[in-house]
Amino acid sequence: MSAGTRRRVALRPGAWLVWGAVVFFMLILAGVVGAVVVDSFGTRWFSGWLPSGWTTRWYGTTWREFDLGGVLIVTLEVALAVVVISLLIGVPAAYALARRTFPGKRVVMVAFLLPILIPPITYGVPLATVLYKFHLAGKLTGVILANLVPAVPFVILVMTPFIEQIDPKIEAAARMCGARTRVIFTRILGPLLVPGMLAAAILILVRTVGMFELTFLTAGPDSQTLVVALYYSVSSAGIRAQQEISAMAVLYTMSMLVLLVVALRFVNPTQLVTQIKERD
Amino acid sequence: MAVQAPVARMALRHRLADRGMDRTLLLLLPAVVFIVALFVYPFLYGLQLSFQPQPGSETVRNYGSGPFADYHNFFADPYLRNTIWTTLKLGLPAALVNVIASVPIAYRMRGRFRGKRTITTILVVPITLGTVLTAEGLLAFMGPTGWLNRLLLDTGIADHPVRFTHNYWGVLFSLIISGFPFAFLLTLSYLSGIDPTLERAAATLGAGTWQRFRHITLPLLAPGLGITFCLSFVLAFSVFPSAIMVGDPAGQTRVISIAAFHAAFEQYDYSMASAIAMIMGAVELIVIGLVLGWRSRLYRGATGGKG
Repeated sequence: MSAGTRRRVALRPGAWLVWGAVVFFMLILAGVVGAVVVDSFGTRWFSGWLPSGWTTRWYGTTWREFDLGGVLIVTLEVALAVVVISLLIGVPAAYALARRTFPGKRVVMVAFLLPILIPPITYGVPLATVLYKFHLAGKLTGVILANLVPAVPFVILVMTPFIEQIDPKIEAAARMCGARTRVIFTRILGPLLVPGMLAAAILILVRTVGMFELTFLTAGPDSQTLVVALYYSVSSAGIRAQQEISAMAVLYTMSMLVLLVVALRFVNPTQLVTQIKERD
Repeated sequence: MAVQAPVARMALRHRLADRGMDRTLLLLLPAVVFIVALFVYPFLYGLQLSFQPQPGSETVRNYGSGPFADYHNFFADPYLRNTIWTTLKLGLPAALVNVIASVPIAYRMRGRFRGKRTITTILVVPITLGTVLTAEGLLAFMGPTGWLNRLLLDTGIADHPVRFTHNYWGVLFSLIISGFPFAFLLTLSYLSGIDPTLERAAATLGAGTWQRFRHITLPLLAPGLGITFCLSFVLAFSVFPSAIMVGDPAGQTRVISIAAFHAAFEQYDYSMASAIAMIMGAVELIVIGLVLGWRSRLYRGATGGKG
């Protein structure tokens, strides 16, 4: 890479094909996102490459008509509650699973894997039925409970390998020096677990804000998150101006992008989909 | 006696501790209670509900109130039964395309090079956008007056707007856009776990690029591809918002999740909805079972990676 050497950019046909496919995919992606952004700033766009004029007023109208302030607060409340509760439940369980082998461990592991393997709609319908039976659905509580179902197993799956790679001798040494269990958790394990918990928290946050199905099945009029409100506004298209919906979609994209940028500062992109660590 | 009782209890505690059961396991309790209360119980509740047809529902009127009436209704009514094929026709091609396309791209990108992090970051974007926004974007981009059709018309490839949305293709596109990055990142992480020296060793023995891929990398990657396919399929199989928004929810893309939702929240027939949800879970688990069964016949030993 020094100044004198120049690498020749000569690619084989296979490489051209692969890079062409990547560029094509990115172009489509840019078109999908770009069309919505351009639409949200246009006055009227019935034909032609670009709208006939530019305006920002759709953002104001969509904010007022869909009560987006309230929706954003609900989204934040749900996401934060899910993050905190899932960590509180999931991290101790991950510790137990990482440190002990016991009869029936496989059964427990399968029970924790199933909510991730089965599509949300499949267990969401019975879950919503049960929540309605106990008068929990249609409220914030129901939405939080429903979103916790995939979140807790996810925390356990992310944290178990993380805890496994912490040497148990450290705990034994602390115990030798007279630390009690509580002290071991707060002073020894706590600080060591912070990076893993941070990664898990951010992944849960992104997933909860983007989770459509479970929130959709359990939300009432006052407990819609942003993505559900967006869905309803799209299905009520025709009543509202198309640009208002686009403006809302842009607001949703922006909030997700902020989360994504924050997330990528802490975690590797491949961790967004699994807990498998990239080895290179 | 008074002395013996605590001794016996101690002994039991020791015996349990020998098998790994001590107080640490109490930490597991909240999570187990949670999963049982919010996952296992609703699932079993739904299962038993699906065997008790709701009085006054369409099922009871047409098929009686026997325990299997809801299932009978599902398989007798072509409008319901065909949702399985509709879903599989969307889910299987989407998962296959995503996995097959991600292999050469991930193969090309497994080393270190400048801009790798940027590319993976851009690819993560669709995952965070989610299906709702992807569908909304597809409507604007691929609709009759969207940029894509405009390009096709202006360049003369098509002489009238091509219909990409509100049909099968719209939903398939949305599944590929939101599913491909997922499959790609997963494949990439499996590929980077394979030791590159194995390929170099093959190269010294005279194997060409294709032979190295076909006989060294692919067999080691295949179990990972099985998992990738399963997870991609789960994502595609549960297609719901995009099937309504960019699809044709009454016809071509009436997938099984729409049928379940329709039964539960429009007809308020929770038994039928539970039955459909159970059938949906069963079909999905059958496909996953087949793939995992095939995977169990593959070599799954060390890949030479550092892990």
